[in-house]
Amino acid sequence: MGHYIIRRLVISIPVTFGIALITFILLNVIPGDPVALMMKDHISADVVARVRAQMQLDDPAYIRFFRFIWNALHGDFGVSYKLNRSVSSLLMDAFPNTLILAISGALVSWIIGIPAGVLSAVKKRSFLDNSIMGFSLLGVSIPVFWAGLLFQYIFAFWLGILPVSGFDGPEYLIMPAIVLGWSSAGTISRLTRSSLLEVMRNDYIRTARAKGNLELKVVINHALKNAMLPVVTVMALQVAGLLSGAVITETVFGIPGIGRIAVNAIQNRDMPLLQGAVMFTTVLVILGNLVADVLYSLLDPRIKYD
Amino acid sequence: MNIAKNMLFKKEIIEPSDELVKETFWQDVFKSLRKDRMAMAGGTIIALFILVAIFAPYLAPYNPYEVSLDLQFQKPSMEYWLGTDMFGRDVLSRIIYGSRISLLIGIVPSLITMLIGIIFGIIAGYFGRKTDFIIMTVSDMVLSFPSLLLAMVVMYTLGASLLNIFIALSIVGWAGTARVVRAQTLSLKNKEFVESARAIGVKPSIIMIRHILPNCIPQLLVLFTLEIPGSILSEASLSFLGVGAQPPASSWGLMVSNGKEFLFNAPWVAISPGIAILVIVLAFNFLGDGLRDALDPYLKQ
Repeated sequence: MGHYIIRRLVISIPVTFGIALITFILLNVIPGDPVALMMKDHISADVVARVRAQMQLDDPAYIRFFRFIWNALHGDFGVSYKLNRSVSSLLMDAFPNTLILAISGALVSWIIGIPAGVLSAVKKRSFLDNSIMGFSLLGVSIPVFWAGLLFQYIFAFWLGILPVSGFDGPEYLIMPAIVLGWSSAGTISRLTRSSLLEVMRNDYIRTARAKGNLELKVVINHALKNAMLPVVTVMALQVAGLLSGAVITETVFGIPGIGRIAVNAIQNRDMPLLQGAVMFTTVLVILGNLVADVLYSLLDPRIKYD
Repeated sequence: MNIAKNMLFKKEIIEPSDELVKETFWQDVFKSLRKDRMAMAGGTIIALFILVAIFAPYLAPYNPYEVSLDLQFQKPSMEYWLGTDMFGRDVLSRIIYGSRISLLIGIVPSLITMLIGIIFGIIAGYFGRKTDFIIMTVSDMVLSFPSLLLAMVVMYTLGASLLNIFIALSIVGWAGTARVVRAQTLSLKNKEFVESARAIGVKPSIIMIRHILPNCIPQLLVLFTLEIPGSILSEASLSFLGVGAQPPASSWGLMVSNGKEFLFNAPWVAISPGIAILVIVLAFNFLGDGLRDALDPYLKQ
């Protein structure tokens, strides 16, 4: 087991490296001088040259790439062009907000998704099942930003019970968490349903029923435990989805998180900040995938990796 | 029946009689799809949207780009069914014209994605070894990116425009298709019919196109149908974040984004294009789900 985790960790290193390379290439092939962009056009050429030298932009691309990797390994992602602060401190300030948002979004999706999926599997092909599955498809299909605006209109403007946007207390988290969690709830409930239906076909379920157990007890004690395997894995994989969704949710609700930083960095053409935000988020996603794989092998000892 | 042939193959050959081969695989699929009410509803809605997109100039009551500042923020009425926006443009007409962009964005990148994914997936699966390792490592990397973030980075580099959305979504999307095609190729390449084709000296490229690809079509069809709503949502999200379609294009995502500033005074500007997105995405999801059930006899029961 420990062997597997180590191997899996080792594999994530080249993947992370490759992602850094892709990000670097994408962000460094932009036509136009970042310094000139940053300073507009009323700056003399020698100042531009001096700043370029200071930012070491005149070195060949591969040297800049390895410098970027070296510095990133030391937690240094450079300095934001626009805000003139170190990228890592900006990211560290924003990260807790994104984390809180993602966790509460995930909680919402589990609280809605798992019971809904169980209900719909138990009452297979009923009206309840059809409506739950319809709703979950609706959840997957709703544009997150639009759902956010709709919530703002209904709960903040019309009913006036929740704050429109900002991040000053728990009540500010309610709408963003529901909006963010809603779409993953759809995925979770569909997965729970199909997984549970699959498990319910097994012989040991028939045995449990034959012993005279209540159907509810059969489902909870015997079926659910095994059915939750793929669901738990997807929960860890959800991190990626939630972080992507967080970009939009943070923009709509004005939450100062990583996603908001990335969007602002694009608007200000702030390359180091965008590069840092992308790398940071992607490393989190890779870690999420790693946790998912490890969890899966821990929960199901039948799975062997070699 | 030819007894000698039977003995040769050591297997009873069932002659195709009328009773057995009543319907082809696709007829069977289509039959069970027709029984699926949600899928049919989805299909109908998609057909309607396609018609709307084609006949937009005839259906739109007003010019979607015509600015008239004295008509700003008209409430929905008999004259302007969905009201007007901050430039006095008719929201309904803009939604009708927007269907062109959304369907285009839904279908074109999905096609490109499919094509790239099929090529890489089949090559990786068929040749295995180093080729497989390289392609799959790259696809792992692409899949590790949160897709919206990767698309945002591509849009940052290329600049915001419709063509660049195609490119961004294609760069993001191919990896998923490649995985599916690779898995399918792996399971097919050791089947007898592929082996015999190889034995009589058929070129690998022909084997891949003639013998392996047709067997991937059911999966690809489902993937394609479910890829389209994903692309539509991604475009809408990118446009909403300001790195997608640019004004004055009437992309639905952009319309929601423009309308959000006036959400509390004129909610119809932001809310109605969102409903259009929701309906078309839902329709594609219903159709895709129905297709998957129809193509997978195991789930059909």
